[in-house]
Amino acid sequence: MSKIACQRKGERRLSLPSKDMMAAIAVTRFGLGARPGEIDAAKADPQGFLIAQIRRDGADAPQDGGETSAQRFEQMRDYQQQQKAARQKKDGEASDDAALQAAKAAQLALRDKVNADFLARARLATNTPAGFRERWALFWANHFTVSATKQITSVLIGPFEREAIRPHVFDSFETLLVASSTHPAMLTYLDQAQSIGPNSQIGLRRRGARAGLNENLAREIMELHTVGVDAGYTQSDVTEFARALTGFSVGRDNEDRQGQFVFRDAAHEPGARTIMGRRYAQGDIQQGMAVLKTLAADKRTARHVCGKLARHFVSDTPPPALTARLEKRWMDTGGDLAQVAKALVESPEAWDPTPAKFKTPYEYTLSTWRLIGAEPSAIERLAPILTGLGQKPFSPPSPKGWAEDAQTWASPDGLIKRMQWAQGFAAVVADRTDPNALAVSALGARLTPPVAKAVSRAETRKEAFALLVMSPEFQRR
Amino acid sequence: MTAQINRRSLLGLGASLGITVNFLGSQVFAATEGDLARKKLVVVICRGGMDGLSVSPPVGDANYANLRGSIALRPDQVLKLDDTFGLHPELKAVHALALKGEARIAPAIASPDRARSHFEAQDVLETGAAHVYGTETGWLNRTLEALAPVRKVEGLSVGTTAPLILRGKVQAASWSPGKGVDETARLPTLLQDLYRNDPMLGPAFARGLETETMAQTAMTALSATPAMNIAAASTPTRPGAARMSPTMANDRQNRAGGEAARKLGSTLGGFMIQAGGPQIAAISLDGFDTHAGQLGQIATRLSYMDAVLDGLHAGLGAEWKNTVVIAVTEFGRTARVNGTGGTDHGTASTGLVLGGALKKGGGVIGDWPGLADNALFENRDTAPTLDMRGLFKGVLADHIGVDRAILERKVFPDSATAKPVTGLV
Repeated sequence: MSKIACQRKGERRLSLPSKDMMAAIAVTRFGLGARPGEIDAAKADPQGFLIAQIRRDGADAPQDGGETSAQRFEQMRDYQQQQKAARQKKDGEASDDAALQAAKAAQLALRDKVNADFLARARLATNTPAGFRERWALFWANHFTVSATKQITSVLIGPFEREAIRPHVFDSFETLLVASSTHPAMLTYLDQAQSIGPNSQIGLRRRGARAGLNENLAREIMELHTVGVDAGYTQSDVTEFARALTGFSVGRDNEDRQGQFVFRDAAHEPGARTIMGRRYAQGDIQQGMAVLKTLAADKRTARHVCGKLARHFVSDTPPPALTARLEKRWMDTGGDLAQVAKALVESPEAWDPTPAKFKTPYEYTLSTWRLIGAEPSAIERLAPILTGLGQKPFSPPSPKGWAEDAQTWASPDGLIKRMQWAQGFAAVVADRTDPNALAVSALGARLTPPVAKAVSRAETRKEAFALLVMSPEFQRR
Repeated sequence: MTAQINRRSLLGLGASLGITVNFLGSQVFAATEGDLARKKLVVVICRGGMDGLSVSPPVGDANYANLRGSIALRPDQVLKLDDTFGLHPELKAVHALALKGEARIAPAIASPDRARSHFEAQDVLETGAAHVYGTETGWLNRTLEALAPVRKVEGLSVGTTAPLILRGKVQAASWSPGKGVDETARLPTLLQDLYRNDPMLGPAFARGLETETMAQTAMTALSATPAMNIAAASTPTRPGAARMSPTMANDRQNRAGGEAARKLGSTLGGFMIQAGGPQIAAISLDGFDTHAGQLGQIATRLSYMDAVLDGLHAGLGAEWKNTVVIAVTEFGRTARVNGTGGTDHGTASTGLVLGGALKKGGGVIGDWPGLADNALFENRDTAPTLDMRGLFKGVLADHIGVDRAILERKVFPDSATAKPVTGLV
């Protein structure tokens, strides 16, 4: 057994656990849970197993037919017009059942597409041998949250992840930030598309009537995506940034770039801007881009995002040494996310044998499918349990995205609902399994005697399976 | 009244010295303690920054219509409270209670946080700290902790995830509608055994099982309501998540959401009237972040809130007289309508205080700063005149009987500037 030793703050020497333990950790903590045989595959070189999953061209794309955000945008607009027409007729003398039916059908067709996007993503997560790569992509999708709680955005989430997130998750942070901040999904979700400079051509023409700033995206970029809420910026910084971003919008029906990012010069607020003490000269799209570039390079962004990474992968209260390592690599490499991913794998603090993370409902349910080497056969197998556990598909409640801490998910009600689901899942699949062997393949060296004993003593396969997936070891990573 | 305060001070002193209630002698105070044991508090957290000027439009304020422009409500559209304020037309049940003296508004209430960040402000609202990251536990949980030496008080949150306001040393319950637990299955027992040495999963799971048992009773008691479909009631805790999108909701869906919200409220009431049931509960309503196209969105959200409160009122039955409900949000919104028919993050908002335990006949809680340009906070938001910690402290002391010194020291440290709002109950 080879031991790699590292120095932590000049104090004690930190050593890595055994290869067997590391293989179990690589697959469960860094990845999405073990598929049959996966822990064995990682044993020879657990860190190499993860590093091999980092690749410059990004994460995998779920296979779902691949409609672009522009196509989806157009479909949504068509539906909205149909619905509007149907409603107007309804308010008139005779109701038009055919028009209502058509609008309803269009709505259902769109809903099916959103469901298909989600199912494809879930299937990718259950099937991929590169669990770390997918988890890394999911982290960034949650960091740059867009949510189906907004109608227009709901149909764009799948395309957003495919177009803006997945290709860039091992690219520079700046590239990812720009891709997210100029994507129609983000521009609609955080209301940027309609924000208009009061002194722009359009603003002056409309004189305040439904024309003006909307600061939602500017604020959330600073607070959530980059420097963080404690970075010391003021309301004036937010408003100035909102002014700089005016013009960032989505092409309309009558424009060339319908449903795609456009910079609308006539909506851009003229003048220089001062944001967090830095002056940005008057300019068009370059003004907003320059602010994004500055924010991406800010060391407070590195601290904020690396802290989040450490909390996502390792612990709700990660060792400061781990966060410091990630931050250093980030700053040394200009925010090269492939390098930051590598630094995470190389950090000895990330390999503490005690699992500190409690799986979110998404992680939990998908790891159960992985355990038996299967995938959800339909959205109906997946959506109800995720909704019941508080993580409705594609619908984080706010731009902050899903919470990732145990306090949120290990609630009394959450545990009861997991148990009910585990019983139902076990009733369908357990009779085709050998629970004792599953326990070993699920947890490897992380399997503890009490869990092994409980599984082996169960009265039925169903009971054994439910005990395994409800065990503290399986629910943590 | 004096006797009660003495009683509470004594108990608090006893608690702070580690003396149990038994030592103080329950027979002397039995009657009072029995009364206190019936008192109930429900906190409704409206997440997303609820627009106070929509909840209680100050249609009598000379500047209101101008500032609000396209989203202003006319005096004849609101449910009148007094010469200045009305309630939003969707808040019908709240208005009916207000007419009976069982609902009041606090039109310029705010947390001590001024960052206009949802997440920071929600943290401060729920931790009760003076600033963000002040503490990691919620003030309702610290209330349970403070009461523990005096009498056992149960806390419950509605929803699958545990809100920060109820997190802390005391294991509070959480519940959302589901299919129930098969009491005859071995699995719950085996799992309790497996979690025996797990400080997180052990207590949480045990609590979940207890709550499920209670839920059966709460729902059985309500089964007189015909055709109750409790599964539908899972939607209002996350109204935005209940459908593909709120804006896609048609009237039928809105009605279904309202019905589900009402049932959720009445089921919570059903929990609280049981012997040993929770005296303190928290429930969250989402979807108040109305940056664009605000009029329709907030109408839907407020109709859900009204339905939850109406259901709670019904579910509590005779116990309504022992109840105070507080509805607050992390911050209000800009006084002026923005460029997209909505409003951006602001400061003070409207809080609602309801309950049969309220003293009859009182006007608005706290001062109304008005909407004149020079009265606005930073020339954009309703100015805060009331620190919500003062409201919380007043209700906890006067209604629930938490010792004032413990309130200041343990439940709301660093809140000396927030004077308790007294005289509400």
